[in-house]
Amino acid sequence: MGRHFVPQQGVEGGASHIPLPTSRSPLKMDSTQSFRFFNRGPSPVARLVFFSLLSLLMLFVDARYHYLESARSALSVLVAPIQRLAAVPGSLWDQAGNLFITQNAQRRLMEENEALRQQHQNDAAQLLQLQALQLESQQFRNLNALPQRSEFATQLVEIVYSERDVFKRRVLVSKGADADVKIGQVVMDDTGIVGQVTRVYPWLSEVTLITEKDHAVPVQVLRNGLRTIVFGAGDTSQLSLRYMPVGGDIQENDILVTSGIDGIYPQGIPVAQVIKIERDAAYPFARVTCLPVAGVDKHRHLLILSSLPALPERPVEQDAATTIDKRAKIRKSK
Amino acid sequence: MPTLGMRAKSEIQRPVSNIFIVLSVFVALLLNGLPWEGVWLVLRPDFVAVVMLYWCTHKPLRVGIGLSWAVGVFADVADASLFGQHALAYTLLGFGGVMLHRRLQMFDLRQQTTQVFGILALTYAAYALVHWQMSGSMVWSYFIGCLTSTLLWAPLSVTFQAMRQRRADRE
Repeated sequence: MGRHFVPQQGVEGGASHIPLPTSRSPLKMDSTQSFRFFNRGPSPVARLVFFSLLSLLMLFVDARYHYLESARSALSVLVAPIQRLAAVPGSLWDQAGNLFITQNAQRRLMEENEALRQQHQNDAAQLLQLQALQLESQQFRNLNALPQRSEFATQLVEIVYSERDVFKRRVLVSKGADADVKIGQVVMDDTGIVGQVTRVYPWLSEVTLITEKDHAVPVQVLRNGLRTIVFGAGDTSQLSLRYMPVGGDIQENDILVTSGIDGIYPQGIPVAQVIKIERDAAYPFARVTCLPVAGVDKHRHLLILSSLPALPERPVEQDAATTIDKRAKIRKSK
Repeated sequence: MPTLGMRAKSEIQRPVSNIFIVLSVFVALLLNGLPWEGVWLVLRPDFVAVVMLYWCTHKPLRVGIGLSWAVGVFADVADASLFGQHALAYTLLGFGGVMLHRRLQMFDLRQQTTQVFGILALTYAAYALVHWQMSGSMVWSYFIGCLTSTLLWAPLSVTFQAMRQRRADRE
């Protein structure tokens, strides 16, 4: 085999037989010596500096300007097969579980079936009522010529991948740019808001959960219509209301629904339930802890909401300021 | 285990096919990508980091800082982390591996593990530091992964050594 005479191998073998210098820092010797005998390109230190600076530059550009998204989606085409493959054991496990349905499980299934049937009948009745109410409300709205805000289309998606990083509350779902998913679209399950699409790949998209740190959702207390904003806590699967005055009318077990302000989330979808309120007179705000209503880390199937009607554009603030200035000037001139 | 150290030394001249290196990195990316959850996610070692460190210390002329960086970019895409976050951490890892490769060959597995812990701690610290700079929060349980990765070093190098040995025997 001529393999052993490939120059690279020889260099490697030879290099390992160069006696170690007696000094306690072999690092420096290593690089200079090998540099002299074999042309290996730049020294490790130079490479370290080059690649570190390159990484830092990429970090800066990615965090600030988001210029690298196209490169990311191009590379994701290469990575996607690995991701799909990695999801295989989990789904196989699920299927294996389905295969071995025991007697006990069968009884449980039948009970579940019964319960679901009852719930379905209940829901059907309520749905009929809802349809009647919707018709009525639409008539009222038509009368008032108010824009329709409650209509949206949905897309069913499957979670391919859950969080793989202790820092993040994100999932990857099975539809991407190919299914016309767009950044900023709202994701929910059958019970409430789950999160928002934050990144779109060719065949996948990334959903940031509402429990992600500092993720904000504009909400309303269902009981009295009080408007506030709910934030993700990050390290736990909880949410919190940060700017609720100590005297605010909020109680435990209050349901928070989306307020529809800002036009990102449709109105009236459940988000969270208040579980604990701590009022301390020393602080201006009460500490309110909530749990998400939706199974934020439970289900495998989610809905992406699309084609929400756009809000009228927000008036530019500068203009308002200049008009006030103008008015002030006019007043002064008078 | 002094014999292992000796064996590692004599085997350094044995060729390793590129396919084996690429395949090992591929499998490591796959293992990192399995649906880990909860406690298991916290305990998950960074397979890619340990595998890259193995190649950087055993084949420093073929797998070095540049390749570590490239694998880091892939890990960034796979993990949906910021572009350059893994790349920076793995660049440091590659540098540590290339710098310490000769020293590691002199050591037995237990001594290697202490050295490897230092390099991995640096890698984890770089990743966590970037995260802290970007988001302002820190998850300390992240560093448990550094310990489990270090514990992975010994079994991984024994396995790789055995696989390379078997290939060589077959030839």
